[in-house]
This record gives sequence, C-alpha cells and structure tokens, in this order.
Amino acid sequence: MASVQISDVRKSFGGFEVLHGVTVPIEDGAFVVLVGPSGCGKSTLLRMLAGLENITSGTISIGNRVVNNVQPKERDIAMVFQNYALYPHMTVAQNMGFSLKLRNANQQDISARVKKAAEILALTPLLERYPRQLSGGQRQRVAMGRAIVRDPQVFLFDEPLSNLDAKLRVAMRTEIKELHQRLKTTTVYVTHDQIEAMTMADKIVVMHDGIVEQMGSPLDLYDKPDNQFVAGFIGSPAMNFLNGHLKSNGQVYVETEDGAKLPLATAPTASDGKPVVYGIRPEHLELASDGIEAEVVVVEPTGSETQIVSRIGKQDIIAVFRERHEVKPGERIHLRPRASSAHLFDKDTGRRL
Amino acid sequence: MSTVQTSMPVQAAAAGEPSLWSRLRANRNWAALWFMLPAAAFLILFLAYPLGLGIWMSFTDERIGRGGIFIGLENYQWLWDDAIFWLSVFNTLLYTLIASVIKFAIGLYLALLLNRHMPFKAMIRSIVLIPFIVPTVLSAIAFWWIYDAQFSIISWSLIKLGVIDHNINFLGDSTWARASVIFANVWRGVPFVAITLLAGLQTVSPSLYEAATLDGATNWQRFRYITYPLLTPIIAVVMTFSVLFTFTDFQLIWALTRGGPVNATHLMATLSYQRGIISGRLGEGAAIATAMIPFLLAAIAISWFGMQRRKWQQGSNND
Repeated sequence: MASVQISDVRKSFGGFEVLHGVTVPIEDGAFVVLVGPSGCGKSTLLRMLAGLENITSGTISIGNRVVNNVQPKERDIAMVFQNYALYPHMTVAQNMGFSLKLRNANQQDISARVKKAAEILALTPLLERYPRQLSGGQRQRVAMGRAIVRDPQVFLFDEPLSNLDAKLRVAMRTEIKELHQRLKTTTVYVTHDQIEAMTMADKIVVMHDGIVEQMGSPLDLYDKPDNQFVAGFIGSPAMNFLNGHLKSNGQVYVETEDGAKLPLATAPTASDGKPVVYGIRPEHLELASDGIEAEVVVVEPTGSETQIVSRIGKQDIIAVFRERHEVKPGERIHLRPRASSAHLFDKDTGRRL
Repeated sequence: MSTVQTSMPVQAAAAGEPSLWSRLRANRNWAALWFMLPAAAFLILFLAYPLGLGIWMSFTDERIGRGGIFIGLENYQWLWDDAIFWLSVFNTLLYTLIASVIKFAIGLYLALLLNRHMPFKAMIRSIVLIPFIVPTVLSAIAFWWIYDAQFSIISWSLIKLGVIDHNINFLGDSTWARASVIFANVWRGVPFVAITLLAGLQTVSPSLYEAATLDGATNWQRFRYITYPLLTPIIAVVMTFSVLFTFTDFQLIWALTRGGPVNATHLMATLSYQRGIISGRLGEGAAIATAMIPFLLAAIAISWFGMQRRKWQQGSNND
C-alpha cells in the first residue's frame, strides 16, 4: 500500500495538450474515482500512472518515489482493463499466476497465491477453464484476481464494468468495493458513470476537458458543487438549471424570463439584476398549492419513485417524488423548490455564487 | 357461412399432407443444394476429374498420341529403382524444408517489424508485397540474369569489391544451383508469409501487450508468451500453404535451371513434366506426380493435428 501524488501533470499528443496541469493527492488506502465524460483525459491519466503513457511534464509519485522514468513493471501496480485483457491461451490459473511466473517465483508459491486469490473471488472451481469458457462477470473477476495475486501497492481500474450488463454491473460494483474494504489497497478507478463514482469512492475527482473540476467526497460533491459542470454531472436525474436574474427587494430570489420567482435561503454576494443560473435537484422539488406554475409534459413512474417532466415557460424541469401523485400530461401543477437546497451559479463563468 | 364450412375439410387435408413438391420448396437444404451445384460442378470438372484421371494414368502405359492399357504398379516399380526419381524426391524435400524454414523466419521477422509504428508504414507494407505480385516467370527471368555465368551482377559486384577473382557459376555448379533456386523461391515466398502473419498480429489486442508489460514481461517474454502462442493458428495455416506451394513448385525451377545441372535441382514436379510431357511418357509422369500426394497429405495432417490440440480456441461457453 502506498499513497500516490499526481502533481501538475500535463500530457500532449503531438502538439495537442489533453491534460492541462492536473494535481491529485491520493492518500494511502483510499479508493479514488476519476470520473468525467469521454475525452476528459481520465483514462490517459490512469495510463500515465501505470506507465503505459509518457508524462509530458509534472510528476507522479507512488509511495515517496517519483515514477516518471520508472518502467511499468517496476512501479508495483496492477491494472484491470476495460476489456479485461485476459490471455486467451492460458487457463484462469495461468492468467493469474503469469506475473509471478515472469518473476521466477517457485511453482508452489505461485499456486498458493493463485489459490488464495481464487478463494477471495470465488473462482476456485474455474481455475482450469480458459477465458472464453467464462461469462462476463467471471472474466471480470479473473482480471481482478490477476491484480490481487501480485499484491501491488496500487490497483488501477480502467472502466472495468463498462462491458457488463446493468444488473451484473451493480453486483460487481459491490464486489469491488467489498474487496477494497478487505484488502485496503490504494485504488484508482476510472469511470464515466457518476453512479459508480458516487457509490464506490472515498474521493471523487471530476475531470472535464483535461482539468480537474472538483474533488472531494461523494456527498460533498453532491451538496456543494463548485461549478455548474459538476452540479450537472453528479446526481441522477441531473440537476435542473433555470436561467434568470438575481433580485433583492426585501427578500432575495431569482426571477426567470417568464416571471417565475425562485426562492433562495441565503443572500449571495452578487449585485442585483445579475444574470444567474438557478440549480435545483429534482428530488428537492415539492408539489404544493402555491409554488411555481408548471405544465406537465411527461410522467415516468419507476415504482419506487415518480419522475415528472414539466415546463416552466420555455424551460424544462424534472421533479422526482417518492410519493405517488396522480398527475396527467397537460395538467398544471405547482412546484416549490426547497430554498435551502438551491444552488446559484454565475451565468458567465459557471462558478458557484 | 355454408361456403366456409364446405371449404374447411379441403383446407385441413391440404395442411395435413402437403405435396412432396411444396415440401421441397420450403426445404432450405434443397435450395442450398441448387446453390452449391455450380461451384461443385466447377470443382469436379477442373479439380476432381483431372486428379482422378492423373491417378488412373499412373497405372497405365499411356503415351502422348497413344492410349494406354492398365499395367498395375509397373510405373511405380520402375520409379522405385530409378535413382533420378529418388534424387528428385531428395531435392524436393531439401528445397521445401530449407526454403520454408527461411521463409518462416524472415516472414515472421518482417511481420513483427511491420506491426510497429513507423513512418511510411503503408508504403513499406506495399513494397514488401512486390515479389508476390510479379508473375513468377518474370521474376525467374530476372533471377536468371542475376545468376548468369557471364553477366551476373552479384559476381560483378563481388569482383569489383575484391572479394572474389572470378565469376561464380551460380546455375552450373550443383550446390550453387540449389542455393540459388532456394534463394529465388524464398524471395518470392516471403511476402505471402509476412503479410499473412502481419494480419494475424493485428488481431492480437494491444491491451494484452499492455497487461503483459504491467505483469513484468520483457520484449522477448511478450513474444514468447503472448505473440507466439496467439499466432500459432495462423502460423499453422500459412506454413501449410507455404509448404504445399514450395513442394509443388515448378515455374521457378523450369525457368531457371530446367532441373540441371545434372538433375541437381530437379524437383518431383519438374521431373514429372519432363518425363510426362517432354518425353511423352504420360503414365510415368503421372506416377511421379501421384507420388507427391502422400507427402502433401502428410503436411496437411501435421498442421491439422497441430491445430486441433489448442483447446483454448474451441471452448464452449460453459463446460
């Protein structure tokens, strides 16, 4: 186990810079998730950490050692690939023991460690099978087994659940988290799925266009997003954004173009009349008799909750209710945002106000 | 209402027992048979029939212009005691073995080289294919000049460099002649091996190499434990074809040496042509050609059983 320090790392392909100075401190034993839309540079960063890509500038240290010029195999890391990268011509046992074999470990030691890892992952009955005889979830576990056997300083996961179906993904999510709680090895996990990030991480690093937008614990990011990008990225269904202007005559509120008045709990440090974006999560809206008037567009019941897409003037707004409300498309409802849960962003910079 | 009732029994009968014709019309295998017929006719007419005819001919004393009679194994008995036939068998095996090994080694090396990222990759790849697309006889004529006793560019260059002081008799000396035809065959055959193996290399997922790198594999270990085992199915196919082509080679030898000097480069194919067509003893020529079949079957069998052993390729989904 070791801490990892990523300091002002940049990466260029040809003349094109894809990472613009990324700094991420990772504590020993932490489960850190790098999350962002595709093309944000999260996988590149992970590959640089693994040593599969050169570092253009900045430093990466594992433990207290700068690894910029250290060969991948000397870095003492193990990686799980999106497509698992299992060797098709080797059995499960051979796949898991391959790295030990290359290090000239003796055969008994290899089988003992493979056996132990197989027990952790419930792979024991499959040890003599070939990868193509396994299901997706089993292959995924073999890929993790291959990483565990090496007992590395750091685990790296590159979108490991993307190739699984939705149900299996949820199950494997739990398995990976449980494994981390058991082994306590520092883990860096890359995904584009914010639900995976929220459910698994000790610390989430939200990346976008080659920079870190925000990092923090899942609930920090949910409660206090630094900017409009993070606010929209974290949470499902995504946060509603309503354009308007800040007003303060007696009490502070945001007025939309259509004249709807959106309540705020605290007065922001911004001038009157400033164009702002009012952010409110779907779960922080209530049905009321006197709120903002909206016209129902679509009702989506999921059983445990009901999503109602409605329209305030020209702007769509999604609300989620745990209770079952009998509303129909075309009906007019009144929505009341919970003022204490509202977020306010600068319309020009997207920064939190 | 009444019309419906009267027509119902008729329909039921038709549905219960459709005619043979309507059953055949709905049968996909019957349709498939017709679709396969043109290809089958082609193969039978141009492959199976000549092969059968050749084998039959080897049991007769047929000559050009005169029908033969069945003489049993007499042609083979005659060949059994023929030193030149055995020399051609030896030549063919030597030629096939050495040329195939060299073609495999150079082809694999080239494929690994071409699989790397390098400038002008597409152009280099197409240049490698050139020996393969030049008609054999054309390249044989070029080699004929290169190996010419008087005007050989190799001899000329070596003399100018001061390495030797007289021309090398490339096609006149039996050892040189064998080496020369093998070199020409290798030159022609390498592109096929290289390009096919390159295609095979490109099916290997780059992430396997990355995983192996992280597992601590050196360049050599990546080749030994990842590339080579994953390439074996393709190697088996390519080398089977390469061996078959080399074993049955005719054009190159005929254009370069006609089997000389003193039969040193006579292969079974050229000897068969010489005895069968030039000398007109069709039966004997056919017997030599037929004698090649066991060798070819053996080559195919080796690669077939080699391929069957790889369990990892054929696994079913569960158990």
